[in-house]
Amino acid sequence: MLIAKYMPELEQRSLSFAEAVREALEQVMEKDPRVIVIGEGVPDPKAIFNSTIGLRDKYGTGRVFDMPLAENGLTGVCIGAALNGLRPVMVHQRIDFALLAMDQLVNNAAKWHYMFDGKASVPLVVRMIVGRGWGQGPQHSQSLQAMFAQVPGLKVVMPTTAYDAKGMLISAIEDDNPVLFIEHRWLHDIQDIVPEEYYRVPLDQGRILHEGDAVTVAAFSYMALEALTAAKALRTELGTAIEVLDMRSVRPLDVGLVLNSVRKTGRLIVADTAFRTGSIAGELISQVVEQAFDKLKTHPVRITLPDHPAPTSYFMTEHYYPGPQTIIDEVLKLVGVDRHSDGYKKLCAVTQRRGPHDTPNREFSGPF
Amino acid sequence: MKQVRAMDTVEQSQLFHSMLRIRRIEEALARKYAEQEMRCPIHLCVGQEAIAVGVCAALNQTDLVFSNHRAHGHYLAKGGGLAELVAEVYGRETGCCGGRGGSMHLIDLSVGFMGSTPIVGGTVPLAVGAAWAATLKRNRQVTVSFFGDGCFEEGVVHESLNFAALHKIPVVFVCENNDFSVYTRRTERQPDRPMFEIAQAHGVEAATGNGNDVEEVFNIATTAIDKARCGLGPQFLEFRTYRWREHCGPNFDDDLRYRLPLEIEAGLNACPIAHYRSKLTKANGLSGLDIDRYELEIQAEIEVAFNFALSSRRPGIEDANRKVYA
Repeated sequence: MLIAKYMPELEQRSLSFAEAVREALEQVMEKDPRVIVIGEGVPDPKAIFNSTIGLRDKYGTGRVFDMPLAENGLTGVCIGAALNGLRPVMVHQRIDFALLAMDQLVNNAAKWHYMFDGKASVPLVVRMIVGRGWGQGPQHSQSLQAMFAQVPGLKVVMPTTAYDAKGMLISAIEDDNPVLFIEHRWLHDIQDIVPEEYYRVPLDQGRILHEGDAVTVAAFSYMALEALTAAKALRTELGTAIEVLDMRSVRPLDVGLVLNSVRKTGRLIVADTAFRTGSIAGELISQVVEQAFDKLKTHPVRITLPDHPAPTSYFMTEHYYPGPQTIIDEVLKLVGVDRHSDGYKKLCAVTQRRGPHDTPNREFSGPF
Repeated sequence: MKQVRAMDTVEQSQLFHSMLRIRRIEEALARKYAEQEMRCPIHLCVGQEAIAVGVCAALNQTDLVFSNHRAHGHYLAKGGGLAELVAEVYGRETGCCGGRGGSMHLIDLSVGFMGSTPIVGGTVPLAVGAAWAATLKRNRQVTVSFFGDGCFEEGVVHESLNFAALHKIPVVFVCENNDFSVYTRRTERQPDRPMFEIAQAHGVEAATGNGNDVEEVFNIATTAIDKARCGLGPQFLEFRTYRWREHCGPNFDDDLRYRLPLEIEAGLNACPIAHYRSKLTKANGLSGLDIDRYELEIQAEIEVAFNFALSSRRPGIEDANRKVYA
C-alpha cells in the first residue's frame, strides 16, 4: 500500500504485482496491435505465476505464444520481429534461462541501434524473473542485473511495487530500446494500489519510499521492501529516520536521487539482491564517491549476497539472504548507536522473521 | 559386435526390480514431500522408469551418464547411492552434493553418474565432451546423455549432434519423449516430424522405440551402445513415454486440465512396471512371492535411506561458502 501514502488521490484499488503486470500487458495489447507476448509457459495453466492469464483467450494465438525451449534463437527471432515493426514481450520464468540468450541480447539487441547509426532500433521487452527460496539453488535463483546492466544499449529495470510494475512495463513496451524487466519472485504476490487507467512510470528514476536524515539506504527490488521494514522499525523503536530509496532502475542508475539524499544524510548503504563482486551496488557507490566524496561522513556500505552461489539446502540458506536486520545493523554501525541497548533488543524482536525463511509468505507450501 | 539375445529370467528380474525400486522411491519422496521438509523443487519420473532402467542396464559401470532436472531414475538406475539422494533432497550434509544442489543437482562419480542440472540442454554438450575425452584417451568408455523432447529444441543439442557426428564420438543421446515441456504440448513447440530423423540428418545413427517397454529399450540401447563403443559414431535414441505427475512437485495435476482424462488414462495404462510384471508372471519368470519379497526389500532400503537422511547433520551458512573453487 505504498502508493496510497504518496498519491492518495488515486483510486484505491489493490492488485498484486503479478496482476499489475498482467493488466499492463492487457492494456498495451489493447492499445497497440504490434505488441505480442511469447515465452515458455505464457499460455499454460500456471501462466507465468498468473501474470499472463487470459491473454491468449482475449488476443488469440496470433499474438500470445508459447515457445520452444530455444532461448537464444527465439530472442533473435523476437529481435527480428521488432526490427520489422512488432513490439515483442518475451518472458523467462527464471533469469538464469536468459543466460542462454546472452549473444542475441548483448551482441544484437543492445548494439543494433548504435552500430547502424540509429537507422533501426529494437523495441523489445524481456521479462526475467529472479527466483528465491524453496531450494531454487545455484541455477534458479541468481540476480544477474549487474551483468546485463554492464552492457550499453540495454535498459534494465527492477520495479518493486505493483504500481510501478504496471507503469514501468507500459513504459518499457512503449520504449524504442531493448528493456530488460527484472521481477523478483517474492514481489509477485505483494499488493499495492494500482489505478485502472493506462499510466506510465519512467524507466530512469528511483523514488523515495521513506524519508529520513540519518542514513540513505538505496535499495533494489525486493531489498527496497526489506529496507522499508527496517526503516519503520528504526523510527518506531529508536527514533532513527533513514531515507529509503527504491532505485527502480539499474541502467540507467538514478544517481541524482542518491546524491540529493546523501547531501542530507552523509551516509550511504546500498542494498542489492545480487552477489557482491561486480554488483550494481558497487557501481552506485563508485559514482556517489566520485561525485560527492566531501559529503560523506563515513564509508559507504554494500549489503549484498555473499560471494558464493546460492545453496539449495534449507539449512544453508538460512543466513544467506540479508534482510531488515542486516540493514538495521549496518545503519546502527554507521550512526554509532549502542547495539546492546534495550531498544535494540526490542527492535530485533520486532523485525524477526516469523515462519520459514525460504518462502515469501506462510501460505506457500512449495515448490515454485 | 554383440548380437542382442533373449534375456534370461535373472536379467529380466533385475530389470523389473530396478523399475519397481525407482517407482517406490519416487512414491516415497512424493508422500513425504507433504511434510514440507524437502524444501526444493522435485521432478519425479513416475511412469518413465523403463527408459532409465533399460538404458543403464545396457551400460558398464565405468560408462558415464549425464542427466537433467528429472534425474532420480537415471541416477538410481546407474547405481547412484539412494541414501545420498534422499539426504540431498532433505538438504543434509551427507547428500550427494552436501546440500548444495538438491533434487535438481545429483552426482555419484563412483558409478559414472557425472551430474544432472536443470538448465535445459546444459549437460548435452558435456556428455559429448566426456565421450570425446574417452576417445582421445583411447579407452572404450561410452557416455549417455539423457534429455527430454523439450531439450531437443535447444540449439546446443544440434551443435552437439553435429560435433559428435563429425568426430564419431561414442556418445548415446537418449531423448525421453513424454510429449510435454512443463504443461506445453509438443505440438505447440515443434512441427509434426520425428525428432530422431533430425538426428539422422546430422549424420547420427538413430532409432526409436516404445519407452514403456523396458526390454525394447534395453535391446535398442544395447545395440546403440555397442556401436558407439566400437567406433561407429554417436547414436540417437528416441523413446516415447508419459509423465504421470505434475512437471514439478509431488502431486498429480489432472485438475489443471491441460491434458484430457482419456489421455491420462492411456498414459497410466501404459505403465511400464505393470506391463512387465504381467509379462514376466505369465512367462513364469516371476512369482507373486518374488514380487512381495522385492517390495519388502525395497521398503526396508527406503526406510534406511530416509532414516540416514533425517539423522544426518544439517549444514549451515558456514558450510555454504566453501567449494566455490577447486
